[in-house]
Amino acid sequence: MLLLIIFVLTSVAYVVGRSRAATLRKNGEQLHSLPRYYGYMTAICTAVPALLLLALWSASEPTFLKHSTVKTLPAEVQSLPQGQLDLVLNDIKNIATGGITQTADDPVREASANHYNDRKNTSQLLKSFFVLVASVLGALYGLRKIGVQTRARIFVERAMMTVLIACSCIAIFTTVGIVLSVLFESLRFFNKVPFTEFAFGLHWSPQTSIRADQVGSSGSFGAVPIFAGTLLISAIAMLVAVPFGLMSAIYLAEYASSNVRAWAKPLLEILAGIPTVVYGFFAALTVAPLVRDIFEGVGFEDVASESALAAGLVMGIMIIPFVSSLSDDVITAVPQAMRDGSLGLGATKSETIKRVVIPAALPGIVGAILLAVSRAIGETMIVVMAAGLAANLTINPLEAVTTVTVQIVTLLTGDQAFDSPKTLVAFALGLMLFVTTLILNVIALVVVRKYREQYE
Amino acid sequence: MNEEVNPLPSLEQDQTSEQTIEEIVASLGDTVGQPRVDDPKMSVSNVDVFYGKKQAIFGVDLDIANNEVVSMIGPSGCGKSTLLRCLNRMNDTIPICRVSGELTLDGEDIYSKDTDPVLLRARVGMVFQKPNPFPKSIYENVAYGPRLHGLNRNKADLDDIVVNSLKKAGIYNEVKNRLDESGTSLSGGQQQRLCIARTIACSPEVILMDEPCSALDPIATAKIEELIDELRENYAIAIVTHSMQQAARVSQRTAYFHLGKLVEVGDTDTIFTNPRHELTENYITGRFG
Repeated sequence: MLLLIIFVLTSVAYVVGRSRAATLRKNGEQLHSLPRYYGYMTAICTAVPALLLLALWSASEPTFLKHSTVKTLPAEVQSLPQGQLDLVLNDIKNIATGGITQTADDPVREASANHYNDRKNTSQLLKSFFVLVASVLGALYGLRKIGVQTRARIFVERAMMTVLIACSCIAIFTTVGIVLSVLFESLRFFNKVPFTEFAFGLHWSPQTSIRADQVGSSGSFGAVPIFAGTLLISAIAMLVAVPFGLMSAIYLAEYASSNVRAWAKPLLEILAGIPTVVYGFFAALTVAPLVRDIFEGVGFEDVASESALAAGLVMGIMIIPFVSSLSDDVITAVPQAMRDGSLGLGATKSETIKRVVIPAALPGIVGAILLAVSRAIGETMIVVMAAGLAANLTINPLEAVTTVTVQIVTLLTGDQAFDSPKTLVAFALGLMLFVTTLILNVIALVVVRKYREQYE
Repeated sequence: MNEEVNPLPSLEQDQTSEQTIEEIVASLGDTVGQPRVDDPKMSVSNVDVFYGKKQAIFGVDLDIANNEVVSMIGPSGCGKSTLLRCLNRMNDTIPICRVSGELTLDGEDIYSKDTDPVLLRARVGMVFQKPNPFPKSIYENVAYGPRLHGLNRNKADLDDIVVNSLKKAGIYNEVKNRLDESGTSLSGGQQQRLCIARTIACSPEVILMDEPCSALDPIATAKIEELIDELRENYAIAIVTHSMQQAARVSQRTAYFHLGKLVEVGDTDTIFTNPRHELTENYITGRFG
């Protein structure tokens, strides 16, 4: 409702501002900008302060309400530890909104709830009032500013730039926020389990005992086996994706006629559009039994039904489009003059590709492959379904292995206590994974940047 | 991959819309001058070239002899580059391009089924408009052709070929101490001479040059022109150029093209001092083009 009013006010401000500027212009004033820029300026003055106020108020409202409500509670409740106090407050909120409560008919809480409702309504009213005032004041300020001295066009350009900067800041701050939250949770984990044990331990068995007499809960957090599993599966995936992706890219970029290219490339990219969960059950239900049957058929024993090979193969197929699409782009970006030069010297097409086009595109191709690797390392769904949970330290692709992402999923699904090492280790794993893919991405970016400097 | 090859950018804009190109070409009449020489190295007879449905070259006859430089001049879109690219079948890389007529090298039809375009291009080398050294070392750039064609028996042979080619291209003294540096690190003029060295290294018989100096400054251009004059001793050379001064300086014979038609051909001196066709005269006196 409030937003709608602001919107209407803004529209009105735009129209009024523009017509006012147009009138001034008609009266022979030498305005700096076109009338519509004065309209934009007035609209911005109307909307931005009001919206900022609204956002600030809404963000701080719960904190104020909480403090004010806590003060109405009896002293012994106020002195409760933070966790229990939060529970009481939750309860009060539920009473206030008419939800289900734990403790029925507690007069103290009823009173607090009434107080809460009361304060909330007041806050809402005040909020609406001040926001509208801000909006109207902004509009008046904007209208007053319309005149010869004001350069509305520059003002509007600045405002546009600010909006764009704000948008990019949101993305950056989110990233930083995620990293920090993972980092702090990981630090909590490393307080309980030393970093060296985590990074170099060869045994992974995160089941910690809840009671002292439980059996089979060793609780050892050596991450080496699961990182080894991740690397094994990623390596298999890359063994599939790089040759197939690269060769299809070469075909598409160099040999395919534009007709073939027009339908083959989107078709390949559909592979990237298949949900990974579909790949997952394809891997688990079709490929894994097939792999087991084939290898048992040729005399291998003990082929696990959930093998690293099956997961890696399917993951490789999934990332083919990453390799092929990006490589195709860099191969196409190699200047035609390079090919002409080589062909003009009597090289065949394949010689040209092998000796000139691929070397020239190589940094870009390496970048594409590294991006695909980080995709493979971070991939979750396929390995959850097809790779198994056993943390074997092995390089035999026919055994079941597990990966970092699978472990994070199993550790964090279901009911968990968020202060035991068993759950906290998930954050440490996530951090390690993040650092790994970050390093790969940085390498990829550096390599790609080098590629840009290649020809000039 | 061939989008940037736009063979005839201004063919249509050049003319008023009342006449079709075919009608204009017909009105140009027969080629003035003598397209034939006594002992041609390459010979072009009644060649038409089409890009899709659009005809780019109309019935051209032209000979290129040993030890001479033939320059091809004319306004943009007149088909001179197209014809040049037919001479070593570089147009094969453009799918919609179709060539009819007869083109021979030492009397053999280069468009016959028996001719391997790859071998042809080793015999008829090409230097392009924009210097296009490979992003490899200077040495590797020159050694590229010989390696492909197995012209060397051993490393020492290859070294000889590289050094000799660089010397013939007049760039050896400038690069002899940095053969392992990237070819792209050279200046534009040096890059173009490197490209010429690269072509020479394949021991071609004919060298085609497609506006080899249009991306270069006057000093670099002068060096290349000097080089072309020296190369004439050993090769048959055809050069496409937009600079009439260049055509006058380096070539012995000149062919003037207009809208895909060879309008006039003859000794360079005659063409520039005493053109017989009105269009040629207009062009070389700078009235259009």
